Amino acid sequence: MTIEVTARYFAAFRERAGRDAERVTTGARTAAELYGELARRHGFADSMTRCKVAVNDELADWNVALAAGDEVLFFPPVAGG
Amino acid sequence: MSFKITSAVIDPVARKRELEESAAGACVTFEGWVRNHNDGEAVQALEYEAHAEIAEKEGARIVAEARERFTITTAYCEHRVGKLAIGDCAVWVGVSAPHRGAAFDACRYIIDETKARVPIWKKEHYASGATGWVNCATRTQ
Repeated sequence: MTIEVTARYFAAFRERAGRDAERVTTGARTAAELYGELARRHGFADSMTRCKVAVNDELADWNVALAAGDEVLFFPPVAGG
Repeated sequence: MSFKITSAVIDPVARKRELEESAAGACVTFEGWVRNHNDGEAVQALEYEAHAEIAEKEGARIVAEARERFTITTAYCEHRVGKLAIGDCAVWVGVSAPHRGAAFDACRYIIDETKARVPIWKKEHYASGATGWVNCATRTQ
């Protein structure tokens, strides 16, 4: 079964993917599975453990289950300060 | 609001004034400045990007954690975004407390957790003309 979600990219991910967002039809059940799929597609080289994900504007666990229509925000390793 | 993302110049004097309380006997502030080198490369400018809404929520959680862990009076953090020049203040943390120990500890906690957890990214512009996202393995050239 597939669902359609919106993936949003920030900083290095946005520049690498060449877009800030895209609609994705995916069989991924979790944010982690979706990251794996999109990392392969766009060449994201960062280990998931160093990145963060937010679903519908709330920071989320990588194992969170995705639902149709979700907005999934992919954050590369942070570097404030 | 205890944590703010701003595109305006940070004014340390004005920020510090907001910490003043008669119950406080100590004030510790931290300023993070843009330096002209990183990992052996000459840096000409920095660009900070944030997801402001999530950054401010996560930042407020960090300040709330500092209030629980340490006996402090007031705490505030502000982080700048946009293009910054060498010497600009990128981040400011200020804590007031009845005694100095808690003020030092809480200030350190807030800057360390901010660097580790808050969705802010830093792009360095090198003297060579190249650019690089700090901490990031994904190449964008």
